[in-house]
Amino acid sequence: MSRPASPFWRLWGWPLVLGLLTASGLVSALVCDHWGDAWSWVGLGVPLAVVTWFAWKRPGTETRRDP
Amino acid sequence: MPSARSLKTWSWLHKWSSLVCTLFMLLLCLTGLPLIFHHEIGHLLGTEVEPPQTVHNGPRASLDEVVKAAHARHPERVVQFASLDEDDDRLWFVTLTPTPDPTDDFRSVAVDARTGQVLAEPRFDEGFMWVMFKLHVDLFAGLAGKLFLGAMGLLLLVAIVSGVVLYAPFMRKLDFGAVRRERSARVKWLDLHNLLGIVTLVWVFVVGATGMINTWADLMIKVWQFDQLNTLLAPYRGQPLVPPAERGSLQQSLDAALAQVPDQKLAFLAFPGTAFSSPHHTTFFLRGQTPLTSRLLQPVLVDARTAGVTAAPPLPWYLTALLVSQPLHFGDYGGMPMKILWALLDIATIVVLGSGLVLWFKRKQPRSLAEEAGATPADTTAAALEPTARPITTTTRGITP
Repeated sequence: MSRPASPFWRLWGWPLVLGLLTASGLVSALVCDHWGDAWSWVGLGVPLAVVTWFAWKRPGTETRRDP
Repeated sequence: MPSARSLKTWSWLHKWSSLVCTLFMLLLCLTGLPLIFHHEIGHLLGTEVEPPQTVHNGPRASLDEVVKAAHARHPERVVQFASLDEDDDRLWFVTLTPTPDPTDDFRSVAVDARTGQVLAEPRFDEGFMWVMFKLHVDLFAGLAGKLFLGAMGLLLLVAIVSGVVLYAPFMRKLDFGAVRRERSARVKWLDLHNLLGIVTLVWVFVVGATGMINTWADLMIKVWQFDQLNTLLAPYRGQPLVPPAERGSLQQSLDAALAQVPDQKLAFLAFPGTAFSSPHHTTFFLRGQTPLTSRLLQPVLVDARTAGVTAAPPLPWYLTALLVSQPLHFGDYGGMPMKILWALLDIATIVVLGSGLVLWFKRKQPRSLAEEAGATPADTTAAALEPTARPITTTTRGITP
């Protein structure tokens, strides 16, 4: 993510971050009751918030990168 | 990164694996939604059994008294299982069926663990939630229905993997999360499908895979009996099912089982001849007390006649995998916030499935979707697909490429 020039990270950076976040949330609540549960709400909640943000974003604010 | 040629193969795989399973997955998502909240719905409907709020001094009722009280309600039936409520150890649930064989024809009797009084006979085999449960688990078709849904689950996993491969060519020229509303409705749905699909990917994969594993539960238990219990039961070979009149004390058996494995609590016990036991044993399934070990079960086989422990074999790896996979499917291990997130992710999955269907219904248009959306395979020189997206206008739309 630090080098925006790399096409790989440009394409897969966010999917990987959100995927790892989800996975950590799914596991954390299994192994620990207190902090694990709280982390699972973050791990599952953030990807949902991201989806909601982009799905509801108004047309004027969106960007399209030219090839 | 796929070439144009392999892209065609992946597209074919994604299209057909999704098409075959989508309707069943929509059914599973819809029926699964109320099942996430089955405890809360039970409370609202008043079908959950609550023990009376009385102060009980003195010893608790013995397991023998509990089972006797439940059996007295249905003397023509046999007792298959008895379980201690997970959240409230003042409640026993005793399951009675016509024979020790697996069946949907069962009665449940709730017994107060303190007094041995029958509290209620909740019917788990009727009503809205039962219909949701059966549609979700086996389509009212028993083992065949389970295995069928398991096969649909496998197709879902294929659809997910092929969908991830297709994400690259469709998104290469776009920012993450871009939804092109200014283009055709088809492109907008495609972008939403890609966005929701890639973000819910891990959750859908985990819930899909653990659901598929769950469809094999019956088979795994059969394998366990065949593989592990067979050796343990060698000394009993040829002996018939121990008749109820010749069985030893259940309480004594329970105490012996608990003494065998330290720091464990009872989850449930299976009576002789049932799917979870042997014809000669009452099998006690104990669980640990930490978040992870409370999901795992330790079977203790207690001789039904003598009430002495025969063996406490460790659970084989496939049953451990099954038990660990269950919370990951149910979403019941992180409190109410997790249940709500589970439901929202379930709804997001419905949108992914629905948008996939929309894209399929809208496939017959002058230009292919890949072309219209400007999908780019890795080796653009060999591109069978149009490498760059032209802005779509009313004039180009009517022309077949």
